[in-house]
Amino acid sequence: MSNEIMTGASALVKSLEHAGVDVMFGIPGGAILPAYDPIFDSKIRHILVRHEQGAGHAATGYAQATGRVGVCIATSGPGATNLVTPLADAQMDSVPIVAITGQVASGAIGTDAFQEADIRGITMPVTKHNFLVTDPSQISKAIAEAFHIAGTGRPGAVLVDIAKDALQMKTEFVHHKNVNLGGYHPIMEPTAQSIRDAARLIAESKQPVLYIGGGAIKSNSQKELLKLAELTGAPVVTTLMARGVFPDSHPQHLGMPGMHGTVAAVTALQKADLLITLGARFDDRVTGKLSTFAVNAKIIHADIDPAEIGKNRRADVALIGDLTASIQALIPAIKNEFKKSQPDLTPWLKQAYGWRERFPLGFDQPNDGSVSPQYVIERIGQIAGPDAIYVAGVGQHQMWASQFIKYENPRTWLNSGGLGTMGYAVPAAMGAKVGAPDKVVWAIDGDGCFQMTNQELVTCALNNIPIKVAVINNESLGMVRQWQTLFYNERYSNTELHSKRIPDFAKLADAMGCVGLSCDSTADVNKTIEAAMAINDRPVVVDFSVFKDAMVWPMVAAGTSNDEIVNARSLAPIWDSQEL
Amino acid sequence: MTQSHPDSPSSSHSIRKNHTISVLVENSPGVLARISSLFSRRGYNIDSLAVGPTENPDFSRMTIVINVEDHALEQVIAQLDKLINVITITEMDPIGSVQRELLLVKVATDDKTRSQVLETVQLFRAKVVDVAQDAVTIEATGNAEKIQALLRVLEPYGIKELVQSGLVAMTRGLNPGSISEDKR
Repeated sequence: MSNEIMTGASALVKSLEHAGVDVMFGIPGGAILPAYDPIFDSKIRHILVRHEQGAGHAATGYAQATGRVGVCIATSGPGATNLVTPLADAQMDSVPIVAITGQVASGAIGTDAFQEADIRGITMPVTKHNFLVTDPSQISKAIAEAFHIAGTGRPGAVLVDIAKDALQMKTEFVHHKNVNLGGYHPIMEPTAQSIRDAARLIAESKQPVLYIGGGAIKSNSQKELLKLAELTGAPVVTTLMARGVFPDSHPQHLGMPGMHGTVAAVTALQKADLLITLGARFDDRVTGKLSTFAVNAKIIHADIDPAEIGKNRRADVALIGDLTASIQALIPAIKNEFKKSQPDLTPWLKQAYGWRERFPLGFDQPNDGSVSPQYVIERIGQIAGPDAIYVAGVGQHQMWASQFIKYENPRTWLNSGGLGTMGYAVPAAMGAKVGAPDKVVWAIDGDGCFQMTNQELVTCALNNIPIKVAVINNESLGMVRQWQTLFYNERYSNTELHSKRIPDFAKLADAMGCVGLSCDSTADVNKTIEAAMAINDRPVVVDFSVFKDAMVWPMVAAGTSNDEIVNARSLAPIWDSQEL
Repeated sequence: MTQSHPDSPSSSHSIRKNHTISVLVENSPGVLARISSLFSRRGYNIDSLAVGPTENPDFSRMTIVINVEDHALEQVIAQLDKLINVITITEMDPIGSVQRELLLVKVATDDKTRSQVLETVQLFRAKVVDVAQDAVTIEATGNAEKIQALLRVLEPYGIKELVQSGLVAMTRGLNPGSISEDKR
C-alpha cells in the first residue's frame, strides 16, 4: 500500500493526531499559516490564545494536570520568541511539552527576513531537544521524535521549527510508530546492586527522611511511595514540586522543606542520618547553603536523569531509573533487610513529630483589621477541597498556597518551581481546566503576576474554560517587598503596584467576559469564595484586598544555612538543649 | 569549570587536570553549537576542541580537552550524554591512546640563524613547509609536550605567527569507541 501524498502542513497535523494530541494552544501568523489550514479540518481542538506565552504555559498546565504531553503552536520570529519563557519554565520543572513554530521559507533563513528569528539556536539551552525541519518528508519523523523525547525519560520541553516552504510542499506521509534515536536511551531500571546497597543503608539508618521531589509525580509513584513510607516508617517531606504526591493528612508527613518550608521538614533534613531522595534534585531553595546541608546524612539518590546524581550533593547510592520501578524494586529488598534487623525509629520520630507539633505553620491576624492573605488562601483550600486543582503564580501567594492548602492527590498543585515564572497561573490554570474539565480549577495569583498574563481570561471566557482566579491583592510585588523589609532597611524601591487603586480587577474581569468579585473584609471571605464556587458557566475573578505587610514564614534567608531557619520575624525556634 | 563551586562536595580534595574526551556525535546541523553552548552555560572551560569526519559519514567525532576536577568531569560527561545527538563519550587516557596536535609556526630567521632553526626542525622531526628571506614556516605534529618543547626552543629566534589545531586522539588497538562496535 503506497503512502498518501499531502502537503507538509497536512503531514504535520496528521502526525499530531497520530501522537494522540487532543488539544493545542496557539496563535497563527505568516510562517505557520499553511499549518492552520489543515488544523481547521482536524479533530484536534485548537484554542486561540491572546499571547504566545499564554499558549506555552497553557500547554504546561495541561501537561501537569493530565500527565500527557502539552502542545503549543506559534509563528516565526516574535511568535516563537514569546514561547521562550514557557519553554524554559517547562524544561526547568521537567514538564513534557512540544512547541511547534513556523519558520521563514528555507531559502530565506539566514537573511534577516521578515519575522525571522533563529528559534532553534535561541531555545537550545532551554529545551531538552529541538529541531529545524526544512524538508517536508522529515516533518512526521520530527514530530514523532519530539513527542517521544518530551514524554519519556526525564520529561522536558521540545521545539519543532518548520520552514514555511516545507509546510507548503507535497510529501509522502509516513507514520513513524517506533522512534529509534541512537543517542537517546533513558535508563528505566536501577541496577540490582544499587537496590541492595540502598536497602542496606535504609536498614542501618536510625534517622532517615524520605525527601520527595517532583519526579515522584512525573513517574506516577504515589501508590508505591505510600507503601515505601509505611514500610520504612520514615518521616516524609515533599518539595514544592512534589506537593500532593504524598497526602498532607498522612501522620508521617512533615510538610515542605526549603526556604519557606516547615521547621519540622527543614530540621528533619538537617538532622537526618540518611536522606532517601526520590525524584528531587537538591535545589538551592531546598538545601540552603549546600556545604551546611544535612551534613551527617548519607544520601540515597533516585533519579531518572544520571546527570542529577552528584550534581549538587554526592550520593552514597545512586538509583538511576524510573522512580516507580526503583521503589518497586526497593520494597522487597528492604523487607529482606528488615528480616535481619530493623532499626527502632521511635526516638527519631518522637523528635521529628515533636518539631511538627511545636512549630506548626501559622499566621497572625493583621493588626489593622485588613484581611489576612493566608486566611483567604486557607479558606479557598478548605471550601474547594482536595479534589480541586490549585495553580499558583510566583511569590508570597505561591508559598502560602503551598503551605496553607492541604493537598491529598498528585497533579492538584501546579506552579512554576524552578524558573519562578511570574504570570504562570492564569494561562496554566486555563490549560489545566482544558485537560481536566470536570475539576474545579483555582488560580491563586498575586496582583503583580495577574497583570502579566491576565489577557488569557478572554480566551477562557470565549472558549468555555471556567477557571476561578483569586487575586491576592497586596498592591505590591510582595515577595520582593518582603526582602526589602528584611534586607534593605524597608526601602521599597519599585515594589508598590498601587493595584488597590488601579486597575479595578473586578471591572477588568467583567470587561473580559468573566464574573468579577471583590472582597475586602474578613467577614465576607467565606461567602465570596462560595459565590465564586457557584459560578460554573464563566471564569470568575475575585479581587481579595489583603494585608500589605504579611510575610512568608518560616524563612531561611538566601545563601544561609538551614540551621538558621527563622519561624517568624526575628524569632528563631527555641530548641531543647539536647537537640543542638 | 572556570572555578569550582565553593559548595561543591569534592572541591576541597580534588585537583583540576586536563582530561581528553572523545565524543561521537550525529553529523547534523547545530551539533557543535549544542555542545559549545552546554559547556558555556554550565561553566566548563574548553582547553581545545577538534571536530572532523569519521569513517561513517553519518557521524562526526569531537575531541575535547577540558581542565576540570574528576568530580566535575563526571558531570561534564553526564550532561553531554543528555544531548540527543551525542552517541558515545569515551575518556581518552594518555597511556591507552595516541594524542596529537598540529602546529604551524613562522619563525624569524636571517643568514646566521637559519641553519640553527633548520637543525632544530630536524631534531624534532618537524617539517619546513615554507622558506622566505626573513622567516621559515614549520609544521610539527605531536603530543602537547613535544609541541611545547619545540616552541620553547624556537622562542629565542622570534615567533612571528603561530597557529595550532585542537588535540585529536584515538585509543590504541581495537576499541569500543569505534562506530562499527556501537550497538546501533
